[in-house]
Amino acid sequence: MRMIKALTAIAAMVLIAACSSNSDQQQAAAATTTVTPGSVADFRQNVGDRVFFDTDMSTVNDQGRQTLNRQAEWLKKYSNYQVTIEGHCDERGTREYNLALGERRANAARQYLIGQGIPAARLKTISYGKERPDPVGSDEAAWARNRRAVSALQ
Amino acid sequence: MKLPRRLTMMGGVALAAGTTMPARAQLTIDMTRPSFEPVPIAIVDFKGDAVGAQMAGVIRNDLQNSGLFRVIPPGSYIQQNVDATAPPQFPSWRQVGAAGLVVGQVASSGGNIKVDFRLWDVVVGQQATGLSFTSQPSNWRRLAHIIADAIYKRVTGEEGYFDTRVAYVSESGPGNNRTKRIAIMDQDGANNRYITDGRTIALTPRFSPTLQEIVYMAYGENNTPPRVYLQNVDSGRRELLGNFPGMSFAPRFSPDGTKVVMSISADGNSDLYEMDVRGRQLRRLTNTPAIDTSPCYSNDGSQIVFNSDRGGAQQLYVMSAGGGGERRISFGEGRYATPVWSPRGDFIAFTKISSGGFGIGVMRPDGSGERMLSSGFLVEGPTWAPNGRVLMFFRGQPSGAGRAGAVTIHQVDITGRFERQVPTPTDASDPAWSPLIPQ
Repeated sequence: MRMIKALTAIAAMVLIAACSSNSDQQQAAAATTTVTPGSVADFRQNVGDRVFFDTDMSTVNDQGRQTLNRQAEWLKKYSNYQVTIEGHCDERGTREYNLALGERRANAARQYLIGQGIPAARLKTISYGKERPDPVGSDEAAWARNRRAVSALQ
Repeated sequence: MKLPRRLTMMGGVALAAGTTMPARAQLTIDMTRPSFEPVPIAIVDFKGDAVGAQMAGVIRNDLQNSGLFRVIPPGSYIQQNVDATAPPQFPSWRQVGAAGLVVGQVASSGGNIKVDFRLWDVVVGQQATGLSFTSQPSNWRRLAHIIADAIYKRVTGEEGYFDTRVAYVSESGPGNNRTKRIAIMDQDGANNRYITDGRTIALTPRFSPTLQEIVYMAYGENNTPPRVYLQNVDSGRRELLGNFPGMSFAPRFSPDGTKVVMSISADGNSDLYEMDVRGRQLRRLTNTPAIDTSPCYSNDGSQIVFNSDRGGAQQLYVMSAGGGGERRISFGEGRYATPVWSPRGDFIAFTKISSGGFGIGVMRPDGSGERMLSSGFLVEGPTWAPNGRVLMFFRGQPSGAGRAGAVTIHQVDITGRFERQVPTPTDASDPAWSPLIPQ
């Protein structure tokens, strides 16, 4: 019972964090007109390069689907890019398991993008487990940001 | 980089001085008892060569760190100039509180060194054990560890673990871009050397039974997915073992060294496979939509323990080494991970993740008798000493303000006593304890 409560709290935090960062991005985009459409900076700022996951989960949530929908739209428009989807985990799991979990998350994002019409050949995956935290930190907020799949453009 | 050559020993010759007495209470220790006093022991600098004092220092350090001995400081010794061959003045050693006295002598012998040592039972006034070794001078540290092992065995009745090495992941650099490279050191932290260059992340080193090779996982150049490599420790020559489209990881040798079990990912899913090291044939062991990883053979090679989330959360399962007959063995509260079978077969060590944090524990292979040995914000990745009485694991501190928390290797005995940090030149994680070095 207590565990479920804690989970909801974490999920709520993710949502809030994601919302606030999105509006930050939109404000930033509105303020700066220097970002070239179709550039990596454009993708990161105006589309969002990452989606977030609940603890020990690899299911893309509503917020994540919205981000991936924007990514798919953008990638169709700018079809010269290849994408490596990097799967990551928070530090609250063991190293080897987290490598597997990161792979699952990257694959979940990849499957979703394929479902949105991006050719599979453009989408590679790599897992970093808990080896590359961003941000570095040991609190719930940092862990929520670290349970992520990041679409890196090439 | 190059490890010392195999020890050439014309030795292990028992030194007979009178009769060897049967075990006496004062110079023996029963580790299975819930509590005991460490054995007070005096170790005199070995005579005959400058290296003798250094050897005595290594032996003192080994025994003291085991938690089972209390080394009496050399400054308090009454009898000076102890003859390495004649019986010591027992009353003076009883007076400083010693139950055991170690004396030794080093001599040159045709380009080699010859080392004699004796352990005296001070309580009964008899020799307890004595051995003679001949080897190359560069092997002096190993000889000291071998002598410490002989003392440990005589006093505890268990095999020693001091003449061993530890492979681990050396960590340095900023928290969001840590350099992680494989290193190997002696069990006591000496002779540290790097096995990978740190250009890409390398993790999870494991020794072959001969210590000649290690397997580990490393990322490719330009952030290509990690794969399992086999590397000769002396020559540095490395081969790609996990040559598959997806990530391969979590490798571990079979006890006879002929096979490596590992996880391979395909379409986001990780299953277990076994590879024949010589012929490179691959055999699939599990086929589930779950994460199956962290496999480890039983000491006799007949079974494999691993962790899987097939039942929802991460739990421990045992199956036969060829796959099949899978059964869950962990049923406590929380998630269970990184199972490692004891070299003597009686326990499986694991990492446990529960609401309170991380713990290191042991259970019997059927899952009964679970007992926690250590806990903390992050403790992970137990590995066994070859005698199955002592473990190492790693401990991480929380990160803060963009800085990575310290990561250190720790040692603890199977009852949870005598936890201590193992010295390493850098932050260190993922220790893998070697078998005894072949003599």
